[in-house]
Amino acid sequence: MTKPRRRVLGRSRKREERSAYLFIAPWIAGFLLFWLAPMAISVVLSLMDWDLLSTPKWIGLQNYAELFFNDRTFWVSVGVTLKYIVLSVPLYLVTGLLLSLLLNLKIRGITVFRTILFIPSILSGVAVAVLWVAMLNPDTGAVNDVLRQIGISSPPRWLQDPSWAVPSIVLVGLWGIGGGAIIYLSGLQNIGAQLYEAARIDGAGAFQRFRFVTLPMLTPTLLFVLLTSLIDAFQVFDTAYVLGGSQGGVGDSLRFYLINLYNAGFVGGRFGYASAMAWILVLAAAAVILIIFRTSGRWVYYEYDPESER
Amino acid sequence: MSVATAKPRPDADGAGRNRAYPLATLIRRRGKRAVLKGAAYVILLALSAFVLLPVAWMLTAALKPDLVSVFTVTPQWLPTDHWDWVNFRRALFDTLPFARYTFNTLVIAGGNILGTLISCSLVAYGFARLRFRGSGPLFYVLIVTMLIPWQALMVPQFLMFFKIGWYGTILPLIAPAFGGTAFYIFLIRQYMRTIPRELDEAALVDGLNRWQIFWRIVLPLSTPVLTVCAVFTFIYNWNNLLGPLIYLNNDSQFTIPIGLANLVTRAGTPWNLLMAANLLSIIPPVVIYFVVQRKLIGGIASVGLKG
Repeated sequence: MTKPRRRVLGRSRKREERSAYLFIAPWIAGFLLFWLAPMAISVVLSLMDWDLLSTPKWIGLQNYAELFFNDRTFWVSVGVTLKYIVLSVPLYLVTGLLLSLLLNLKIRGITVFRTILFIPSILSGVAVAVLWVAMLNPDTGAVNDVLRQIGISSPPRWLQDPSWAVPSIVLVGLWGIGGGAIIYLSGLQNIGAQLYEAARIDGAGAFQRFRFVTLPMLTPTLLFVLLTSLIDAFQVFDTAYVLGGSQGGVGDSLRFYLINLYNAGFVGGRFGYASAMAWILVLAAAAVILIIFRTSGRWVYYEYDPESER
Repeated sequence: MSVATAKPRPDADGAGRNRAYPLATLIRRRGKRAVLKGAAYVILLALSAFVLLPVAWMLTAALKPDLVSVFTVTPQWLPTDHWDWVNFRRALFDTLPFARYTFNTLVIAGGNILGTLISCSLVAYGFARLRFRGSGPLFYVLIVTMLIPWQALMVPQFLMFFKIGWYGTILPLIAPAFGGTAFYIFLIRQYMRTIPRELDEAALVDGLNRWQIFWRIVLPLSTPVLTVCAVFTFIYNWNNLLGPLIYLNNDSQFTIPIGLANLVTRAGTPWNLLMAANLLSIIPPVVIYFVVQRKLIGGIASVGLKG
C-alpha cells in the first residue's frame, strides 16, 4: 500500500531538487566564473612573473620571497595599514557606541539628529575625501583655522606631514561615524525593556544598568561591527587615493596595502607580484577574523541559542 | 538623561511608577533630567554642526567665481557674497563633463541593480524554500565568499576580462552582478524565510509550480528586502572608484568617482567647479536615502542582528 505513495513523494522530491538547482544556477555559475576560477588563476599567478604582454614565467615562491625580504615599500604599506587599523578600529568602535547611546535618547527631534548624523556614511569615500582634502589644507583649510582660533598657534600640517597623514584619514572617517552608530542603535532597540526594569528593581544605577544590561546585550552587535570595521580597514583605498594620490601620499605616508597592490599590478604591470600580495592580504584578514571568532565565545553573549535558528 | 534611562520601549516609560516616589525626589529627578537633556541637545547640535558645516562650506565654495579663491583666511561657511549658480551647469556640461560621468555611472548602477535583483532573488528563493542535496554545504560556501574581499580577486578577474577583450568596456563592471552577490542572497534568503510556508503549500495544492510560487507569491512579498538590495547596489556602484579605475581607460566612459578623484590629484584643481560637482554627486544617495529611509535602516538593522 505504501509503495506507490513513496514513489510519488520521491518523484516530487526529485522535481523539487531539479528546480532548486535551476534557481541557484546563477550563483553557481557566478561562483565558478567570478570566484573559483579567479582564485585558482590567482594562486598560479602568484608563482609567476607576468606583465600581461610577455609569456608568463614560472618563478616559484620568488614573489613571496621578494615581498618578505626584499621590498621596502611592501613593509611600508603593511605599516601604514596596521597604523590605521590600530588608530581607527578601537576609536570607531567606542565613538560609534557612544553616539548610538546619544541617538537612542527619547527626546524631541531625535530622528532629525539621527538622519543628519547618518548622512555622511552613505556618501562615497571619494566625495568625502574631496571635501576633506580642502578642509584639511594646512594653510587655508577650515580645520586649521578653527584650531588657530581656539588658540593652537601651529596646528598639524595634516596630509603634508607624514606623521599626521594616517591620523588625518582616521579623523575623516569620524565624520561618517553615524553609519556605525545606526547599527548599534538597532542593537540597543532590541534590548527588552523588562531587563532594565528588573535591573532597576534590583537597585542598579544608570552606569550599572549600562555595564550589566546594555553592554552584554550589545556584544553580538559589537562583534559584527568589529569584524566589518576590521575588514574595511584592511581595504582602505578610495580615501587614500584621493587624499594622497595614487603614489601613496607624502613620503609614502598614505601607501595603504591596496594602494601598493594597485601600483604593483595595474600601474607597474607586475600581475604575478600583485597576486602574491593579494594572497597575503587574504590570509592575514582570514587569520584575524578566525582569531576574533574563536575568542568571541568568551565575550559575546547570545540571548537565544543561535543553533536553534536554522 | 543618562544612557540607560533611555528606554528602548515607550511603554516602559511608566508615568505611573513615578507616583510611587515622594514629591521631593520627583522634583530633584526632574531637575537632573532637564540638565542632562539640555546637555544632550548641546552635544547633538555640536555634532550636527560638525556634519553640516563642511557641506555648507562646500556650497559656499561651489558658488564662487573662478577668480575668487575658495580658500579664505577665515573660512566662509555660508554663501553670502557670491551666488554663481551657473557653476553647477559648468560642472555638468560646459567646463567639466560631469553630465556624461553621471550618465555612465547610472548605466553601470542600473545594470548592476538589474543583475542583482534577478540573480539574487532566484538564488535566495532556492536556498530559502527548496530542499536539495548539498544545500547546506553550498550555503556555507556562499557565506565564505562573503568574507573574501573582492580586492583579493581583482587581479585575476582583471586578467580574465582582459583576455576576453572586455578591458576598456563597462561589461566587467556589470556582468558579475548577474552571478549574484553573496551578501544580498543572504539578506533576501533571511527575509524569505519569514514568509509563512503555508502560502507555498497552499499554492502547491492549487497546482502552481515552483516558478509560479516564486514569481506570484514570494517575490511580491519580498519587495521590502529587494528595495533594500537595490538601494545598496545603487549606492555601492555610485560610489565605486576602484572597479571603474581598473577597467575603464577612456575619459568618455569615466564615472563620477573617477572624475572627482582625477580633478583632485591633478595640478590646478578648479576648486569651485570641483565642489559643485561633488555637491551634485552626493544628492542622489541622500535623496534615495530619504525616500527609503525606513526600509534602509530596517535592512541595516537586520544585517546587524544576523551578523
